[in-house]
Parts: sequence; C-alpha cells; structure tokens
Amino acid sequence: MICTRQLAYQYPGGTELRFEDVDVAQGGVLLLRGVSGSGKSTWLALAAGLLSPGAGDITVAGQSLKALGKVAGDAWRARTIGFLPQKLHLSAALTVHANLAIAQWAAGQPQDDARIREALTALGVHELAARKPAQLSGGQAQRVALARAVLLKPKVILADEPTASLDDDAARQAVELLQATARRQGATLVIATHDSRVSANLDSQIGFQPLFFGREQL
Amino acid sequence: MNTIAIAWRFLWSRPLSAGLNVLLLSLGLGSLSFVLLASHQIDQAFERDLAGIDVVVGAKGSPMQLILSGVFHIDAPTGNIPLVAVKALEKHPQVAKLIPISLGDSFRGFRIVGTTPDYLTHYKARFAQGGAWAVPMQAVLGAQVAAQSGLKVGDRFAGSHGLGGGGDSHGQTPYVVSGVLAAGGSVLDRLVLTATESVWQVHEGDTALDADDRKVLEEERELTLALIQYRTPLAAVTFPRFVNSSTEMQAAAPALEITRLLNMIGVGTDVMRALAGVLLLTAGLSVFIALWSAVRERRADLALLRMLGAPPRKVAALLLCEALWLALLATLIGVLAGQELMAALAWFLQLDKSVLIGGLAWPAELWSVPALAVGVALLSALLPAYEAYRVSVSELLQSR
Repeated sequence: MICTRQLAYQYPGGTELRFEDVDVAQGGVLLLRGVSGSGKSTWLALAAGLLSPGAGDITVAGQSLKALGKVAGDAWRARTIGFLPQKLHLSAALTVHANLAIAQWAAGQPQDDARIREALTALGVHELAARKPAQLSGGQAQRVALARAVLLKPKVILADEPTASLDDDAARQAVELLQATARRQGATLVIATHDSRVSANLDSQIGFQPLFFGREQL
Repeated sequence: MNTIAIAWRFLWSRPLSAGLNVLLLSLGLGSLSFVLLASHQIDQAFERDLAGIDVVVGAKGSPMQLILSGVFHIDAPTGNIPLVAVKALEKHPQVAKLIPISLGDSFRGFRIVGTTPDYLTHYKARFAQGGAWAVPMQAVLGAQVAAQSGLKVGDRFAGSHGLGGGGDSHGQTPYVVSGVLAAGGSVLDRLVLTATESVWQVHEGDTALDADDRKVLEEERELTLALIQYRTPLAAVTFPRFVNSSTEMQAAAPALEITRLLNMIGVGTDVMRALAGVLLLTAGLSVFIALWSAVRERRADLALLRMLGAPPRKVAALLLCEALWLALLATLIGVLAGQELMAALAWFLQLDKSVLIGGLAWPAELWSVPALAVGVALLSALLPAYEAYRVSVSELLQSR
C-alpha cells in the first residue's frame, strides 16, 4: 500500500533529507517517530503527494507519486488520503454536519447527507451534527475531525500528532479510535508523533512498522 | 454545499467585519445611485416640461429666470409684456403656435396660470373630473392641487395675490372648479389653470376705480410671457434675434438655458459623484483588508481544504465568492437606499411645489451600480484570492 525506495527530499535551502525504505501493506500501521523538526511532516507531505520527492520514489495505493501532476494530485489525494491534522481546523462558521459536507465539496463530490450521517455515527458523534465546533469538547472535536478524514473512505489515513496535548486517558482513546477506524475501513494508518504513548497504546496484536526520524529511538 | 453557500457562511463567520463592509460599500453605492437617479429624473422632468417649446418670450431680464418661471413655474417672472405685442408675435410667419401665460396669483401656494386651452392640449392633459373652462372664472386644478386642497368640480375658491401664497385674497372674484386633471407627471399637476381673461378680470375688478379706469386697464392689458413653437427649425437662428433687437421683450431658448442650468447643477452632481467615488474607494480598501486578514486568519483552514482535495482555483473562488456576496448585499442595500432618498427628495420637492420627480425608477445608467459593486469587490478580492490560491498544504502540517 505504501512503498518507498531511497526516498529523499531536498529543502529549498539545499538541505537534503533521506528516508529509510518503507513497505506497509494495506490495513497496516506505520508509526513515524521523531522529535519536532526531524522530517515527519515532510514525510507526510510526500505521502500525501503535496511535495515531490527529490530522489527515489514513493508509491501510495498503487500510484507512484513522483509522476503525479499537481491537478491530478488534488483529485488523487481527495479519494486516497484521509488527513487528521494536529490542530483540527474545524471551521467555526460551520456546523459539524457542514464541516463534513465541506470535505465532499473540496473533493468535488455532490453532498451526500447519508454518508455524512454514517461517518458521524461510526465515530459516535451523530447527535452533535447540528452543533458548532465551539460547542464540542476536545475529544468530540477530534472524533468529528476523524469522521471528516474518513468520510470519503480513503485508502490511507495520515494522522499528525494525534495525541498532542491530550492526557493519558484521552491519548489512549485517540489511538484506539484511530486504529479501530482504520481497521473498519481497511485503510492503512500512518501516525506521525513524538509522543511515546502512541506506540504504547497501539494494538500489539496487529503490530506496526516504526520509522525513526533524527535520533529518536522507540 | 456549494461554493456560494460556503462563501456565505464564511463571510458571516466574522459578522462585525462583514456588516461594516456591507455598510461601507452600501454608502458608496447608495450615494452613487442617488446621484444617478436624481440626475436622470431631473433631466427627464425638464425634458418632459420643455417638450415642444422652442422659445419663451417675456419681459427683459434674466433669460434663465424667464424659463424657470414660464415653463417650470419655480421662479418669479421677469415682469409683464403688452398683450398687443404678443398678438403681433402670434402673426409672425415663423410662429406656428403661441400659448399665452399670465401669472400673478396663487392658491395655497399653487400658481394660478391664465392661459388658453392650447396649454392643456400641449401637455396632453387628461381630465379625471369635469372639463376645461368654458368661461372666465372657471378653473381646472392640477392633480396635486386637487389632492392637497380636496376641491372637486363645482367647488369655489379664491386666489390670493402673489405667487408664494399669503398675499391679499381676491375674495370678491372667486373661481369655480370646472375640471380636475389626472396626474400626468408634468408641470400641470401643480398648477391651477384658467382662462387668461380670468386673471385680467380679477385684477381689473380689484384695482379699477371706476368704469373709465377699467377701460384704460383693458386697453393696457398685459401677459406675463408666451410659449412659442416655431414653424421651422431655422427660426431658432433668426426669431430670438428679431425679438431681442426689435421689441421691448426678450426671447429665451429653453434648450440653451436648461443646458446652462444643468451644467451648473452638474458641478454639484460631479462633487456628489466624487464623494461616492471616495466612499467606494474606502469601501474597496476595507473589503480588501477584511478579505486579506480573513485569508491570513484562515490560512490553515484553507490549507485543509487543499488537503481535502480542493484545487487552488476552488479555494481562490471561495474568496472571490465572499467578495461577490458583499457586492450583492451592498448593491441591494445601496440601490434601495438611493431609491428611498430619491423618494424623499421627490416628496420634499412636491411639498416645495417645485420640479415634479418620481421615487422609483431604474434608468439604464443605474446598471452601473451593480457593475461597479462587482468591480470594486472583485478588485479588492483579487490579491487575497491570489494569496488563497497560493496557500500551501505544508502550512497545515506546520500549524501546531
């Protein structure tokens, strides 16, 4: 599902970052571990087709991203990648329902209310559909953001620091939720984090592939 | 959800900023609408009342005053002219039609005009009640006069001396209403019309000391002015010169004087237009600042839209759509405000018994208001939209 070979990225300043090769099967979990600034976000951007590799190649869901143009990249990303940012970016102007509808709009798809209800129900927040983000707790907001990320049934879910600023209990729930959602959708899960609690909370029976950044050790 | 609906919600997510921008744009567009409507309607009112009058002949003095008093009835006349001189003019080969006008009295501030039925025919007057005068001391009321006075056919009323109202009452020689005109939007709406002889009768009856005196007055009868239509357009070259050089009267060409007047008013409208321009420029800058800060505040949100698959042009279109919403709302409010102001001006002028203009109108030039609104909004949104277009998704990954 995700395969990288001699992947490298050259920053505008000239600094080059080289990444270890990765092979993650469909439904697998990849954990990107490293301190801030170690290149995790760059790797996520490369996997989402937002940055072009300087060298090597990255293939996601059977698509080599090296040859993917910008316009084709937008459409590919919409149907392949589900993204859960660290800061959730739920639009304060929109209701929970509309925050999901906007994902369908961004992907150029017609609004599908049934699908939105289904996604919210799967994450246990369907009764919050009419609320504004300001009326949600942190945990509820994260579930809504995750519902938005998986609304279009992506093949890959990218989660950026999903446990940052959460207490231990909430961090455990967040990781379990991510894993359960990815499993239900049959999606590959990639988590970028500097938080050691993530690996501790990942389901050990399923297993995950770690990828270290900088001097970080598991 | 579509782009238009999302833009609407994003716009009102900052209600104060959106409201202020709509207000600012509306002020500019409202001022502009008002200027355009006022210019258009005043032009139309002048055109309507001037139609078919090639020259006005009256006592020497200001030619513009002669036109304003004789055609629009909004100024004092320059004086009187002898009846015999007017009768001589009527026989002039270049004169096709001559309508005599005698002024001097008023009824509750509305001017009493002594004339001939030709005056009614000239403005294609229609009667709501009754008909034209058959004998002196019968009068026809304009629609506005009838509405304000409540008089109807058969009622009697007395004029008072002077044009502004408040003069001595001619109670000894009352008028009888023979007809009431239907509203036509012309100057007739605010006039009391009667036979020329009525005006003479009122004044001669009031001032003559005895029968001999009356006879002298009859021989020296005067009119205030004459509205003349030429037999041929060439007369415009020679007739005024003939009147001005070989008689004690003056001839004033309405087209010329009104052009002069409109040029004078034009300075005022130019100032108003400039003011509207400054307001629009301010509004444009305000829209720009609001959208610019919206893009800066929402960079990560916009980046998320990119992450969700929205192409850059779609994100930029969202900003342009917000600007178009502002333009649409401001156009609606601005044009409505312009129309309301115009209606207020029309009401005020009607109270002032001045030029008759209407409130609601949509002259072709008013289309420039929505066009300008869209132009200003889009121009102001161009840079913010470009900034939105350039939003990089990596900003989302860096936003903590």
